[in-house]
Amino acid sequence: MRTRKKIDKKFSTSLRLGGLFFALLVLAVLAAIYFGSEKLAFFELSGSDKAILFDIRLPRILLGASVGAALALAGASLQSLLRNPLAEPYLLGVSNGAALGTMLAFVFFAQFEFARPVMAFTGASLATFVVYQMAKSPAGMNVERLVLSGVIVTTFLSSIIVLFTSLLDATKLRSFTFWLLGDLSQATWNGFYLSFGAVLVGILVLLKNARALNLMMIGERDAFDFGVEVNKTRLAVFATSSLLVGTAVAASGSVGYVGLIIPHIVRLAIGSDNRLVIPFSALAGAIFVVSADTVARVAIAPRELPVGAITALIGAPMFIYLLRRS
Amino acid sequence: MLEIQNITIGYGVCEVVRDVSFSLKDGDILAIVGANGAGKTTLLKSLNATLPLMNGGILLEGKPLENYSRREIARKITVIAQENETKFPISVLDFVLAGRFAHGGNFGWESERDMQIALDSLEICDLQNYESRVMNQLSGGERQRVILARALATEAQILLLDEPTTNLDLSHQALMFRLVKERCKGCGSAAIVITHDLNLASEFADEVLLLKRGQMIAKGNPAEIFTEENLQEIFGIRVLLDENPISKNVRITTIY
Repeated sequence: MRTRKKIDKKFSTSLRLGGLFFALLVLAVLAAIYFGSEKLAFFELSGSDKAILFDIRLPRILLGASVGAALALAGASLQSLLRNPLAEPYLLGVSNGAALGTMLAFVFFAQFEFARPVMAFTGASLATFVVYQMAKSPAGMNVERLVLSGVIVTTFLSSIIVLFTSLLDATKLRSFTFWLLGDLSQATWNGFYLSFGAVLVGILVLLKNARALNLMMIGERDAFDFGVEVNKTRLAVFATSSLLVGTAVAASGSVGYVGLIIPHIVRLAIGSDNRLVIPFSALAGAIFVVSADTVARVAIAPRELPVGAITALIGAPMFIYLLRRS
Repeated sequence: MLEIQNITIGYGVCEVVRDVSFSLKDGDILAIVGANGAGKTTLLKSLNATLPLMNGGILLEGKPLENYSRREIARKITVIAQENETKFPISVLDFVLAGRFAHGGNFGWESERDMQIALDSLEICDLQNYESRVMNQLSGGERQRVILARALATEAQILLLDEPTTNLDLSHQALMFRLVKERCKGCGSAAIVITHDLNLASEFADEVLLLKRGQMIAKGNPAEIFTEENLQEIFGIRVLLDENPISKNVRITTIY
């Protein structure tokens, strides 16, 4: 039957691709475990090797995977919601909102570890709200307006962050500058658990809204006519992306461009159906950040680069390409 | 199936539609005719609760419209809007499948039945083999038919059509009206159509509603409504009225 075949084909292609992506993720994680300023022999770990693996490298790798998934999910869902391929948490100032929140928590509530993700989430939500309100106009939302609003919010928040950093002493300043650029070297197991929890919640909420998002990509008026509760979906996506970005930034700073590059590549591979784009973006984002962080660790070993520098190096040219095309 | 009671609709304080009442029965095709800016589209948009009412009420199958959820409304009422958002590069099949959204669950994937209905809708709209074409690469008329196919795929009992024939060539104008008519006569659906083509309204509508500056000034069958006085009042033009020799319906010719 024609109809059965069509549905089966979509499923089998996505299953095969899913398997491939999963294998790549495992490969990326194994490579990340092996490479580093200390090469680890998998099968005969000494005591210090074990310490390096379980206390330092593994939480860092897993956090990288989780942060990558979170940022790619946020990017993919924001792009569908705002109907704009350039929507990205870092470019829209959402990451900076989260960074400022983290910073405030760091300065004022240093004794509470959980103040940081909570304040980061608050900052991300506020930045999202402000950018959305600025970019919205009676005539709809065009690419330029959204990107400009993002730039304004980003620079404004950056200046406040700079204000606070100038109060820090020299040693803290270096680690903080690294963190701002996106840095996984401070990874802890707790940071990973929190970020991973947010990713699980995020995938669930976004998958629940994926088909509604498909309709909203065509147009909000249209989606409403065909049964989508547009306001509810919008709120769900904004809240989820703020949660994802907030927890990611609290743990690893503003790793930029992941939310731009990954969903774009995923759409090229499997089309624009959000029910596939969302899970595949999570997988691909994890692969990307784990690999980029491996490069960041070994490129100039024994010194390190912040992972955000690597992602930006790939992402910025891609941004220009996408801007020219849209 | 749809009861409109003294509704007033507006934007802010400005009333665009004032105190309009009518009812739509199974099988009816109602044409709304009026000059630009008379409030036709505003009226239509309120009928699926896209625009809030300032006054009055709408009953859908005896129940107030505001008691229905968005999905329930979408299952019962479908629209072909005037300005459609179709610039997104999505395949024709996926676009038509969007019409099945209200029938699926939250984590929904299309069922085999959804797929079958979407393919059937494409076929009756003369769009066989268009499934994998991309929306933003179609001509205006082809897009319009895809939009009709999506509306038919909803299986909604009430069709709201806002100038559905604007981009269509002659044969597809006729096809569009024939399909709407078949739905209404065959499946007990009902349709409300905004159109500027008075002859199409005369041929296909059971009733015509004249709207002038937001108010309903007449409603009845086409032969009663399309009179020289009424058309003079609505459009300020002179017309020649005679009988279409084939269908025996009233035929309107503008005198320039």
